[in-house]
Amino acid sequence: MPTLHFDQADGSRLTIDAPLGVSLMEAARQNAVPGVIAQCGGACACATCHVYVEGSRVAALDPPEDMELGMLESAWEPRINSRLACQVAVTAALDGLVVTVPSAQAV
Amino acid sequence: MVSTILIIGAGQAGAQAIDTLRREGYRGRLILVGDEPHLPYQRPPLSKKFLAGEMSAERLAFRHQAFYDDYGVELKLGLRALKLDPAARQVTLSNGETLGYDRLLLCLGAAARPLTCPGAELAGLHYLRSIADVPAIQERLKPGVRVVVIGGGYIGLETAATARKLGCTVHVLEMADRVMNRVVAANVSEYFAHEHRTQGVHIVCNTRILRLAGEGRVERVVCADGSSYEADLLLVGVGAIANMGIASEAGLACDNGIVVDEYCRTSDSAIFAAGDCTYHPSLRFDMRVRLESVDNAFEQAKTAALNMLDRPTVHDRVPWFWSDQFDNKLLIVGLSQGHDQQVTRGDPASRSFTVCYLKGGELLAVEAVNHSKDYMAARKLIAERARPNLDRLADPLVALKDSC
Repeated sequence: MPTLHFDQADGSRLTIDAPLGVSLMEAARQNAVPGVIAQCGGACACATCHVYVEGSRVAALDPPEDMELGMLESAWEPRINSRLACQVAVTAALDGLVVTVPSAQAV
Repeated sequence: MVSTILIIGAGQAGAQAIDTLRREGYRGRLILVGDEPHLPYQRPPLSKKFLAGEMSAERLAFRHQAFYDDYGVELKLGLRALKLDPAARQVTLSNGETLGYDRLLLCLGAAARPLTCPGAELAGLHYLRSIADVPAIQERLKPGVRVVVIGGGYIGLETAATARKLGCTVHVLEMADRVMNRVVAANVSEYFAHEHRTQGVHIVCNTRILRLAGEGRVERVVCADGSSYEADLLLVGVGAIANMGIASEAGLACDNGIVVDEYCRTSDSAIFAAGDCTYHPSLRFDMRVRLESVDNAFEQAKTAALNMLDRPTVHDRVPWFWSDQFDNKLLIVGLSQGHDQQVTRGDPASRSFTVCYLKGGELLAVEAVNHSKDYMAARKLIAERARPNLDRLADPLVALKDSC
């Protein structure tokens, strides 16, 4: 299982083991990572699982589709490395990835 | 002093209330009662990915058992709440157990509205509300199986799309003159009907069901105009009714649902309610509503949890909804009732367009078809009571957020 680190705006970190085959959002939710709200449960309909992916590794992920890009535009403080965690699949390649949770979600 | 909080109903709202209560520092006894044997799980995938077999039951659950253990939640699953005694502040469960409470949260959800025509008592009618409903439907969704769906609403159309993708022959019978007629604009209905037809689903509108026929189990749906449809599988999706039995029997105010105020409080000050079962005031839209949605369950549960901890918080949200049918995503925000103007942005033929509703110049609601950008912008604008410039609004080249 790849290990993922979720950093909060206050500097705290939660490290989890994420099962393969789920989304980054599901891995976060199952481990009660604060700030990954995921209201719609992964339908790409709410933008409340918005996270920042470690900059140097963002290019290694499958790129976001138009639907996700449209959601991100109005997410809370979007940046170049913003993703909706529900649209990122957990793979072995993510091992050690640092994900930063924004200080708020657009709810 | 609040030392025992009892939650009846282990769905979206119940799960969210636990989360908020514990994160906000509530350390007292916390009990969650659910009539299904499962940990709280997500219902939306039941008509989509889960029905299609693309998602495991484990992934439906919001949280694993460890979460409830860590959060110190007493889970009482597979038990129904039979009786509520507000004077004694007690709830009696189906196993005879009686639980006391300082604060009670009712998250009773809604039940599928039953079909009432002759033959509705036959075996072989399926409704889709919970995990338990799925296996009997799923095992029949095979190539060539004749599926008849009664009701062209969200559940009916989403299930029709899933069945069609699995190779079934699908008819959707709708009483009104168009699908999803209560929730979307005519051109959105038209678009989705077209998408379904393109995929091979037969959509039949203006059709009243006369009776169901069959030897021991449903084999045929007979319509008022004399037409009939052979069915190997009959799915009924004709709306839902709020679950409020124990609340109304206990004397709580009920009307189309459990009546709550903007604090999610019922007519008894120690009892709160959240989600599909509530009939609640919408401050932004200045009316009482009953909403069947993940968003509303989530937000009301959060609000109710804070109020149960005596932190006065008002539920004042713009509701939103979504539906996935084939490769289309319908995103809705706001409530369009009472609109006096309607503007469509973009061309449905492009497979991406948005219908905007206004009232007195204010943006009231938006239905976005495959257009997440407009939808997200509208969420902010509607909450802010923004007043778009109509020319800019009608121009799809101007971003919706820049139309005001």
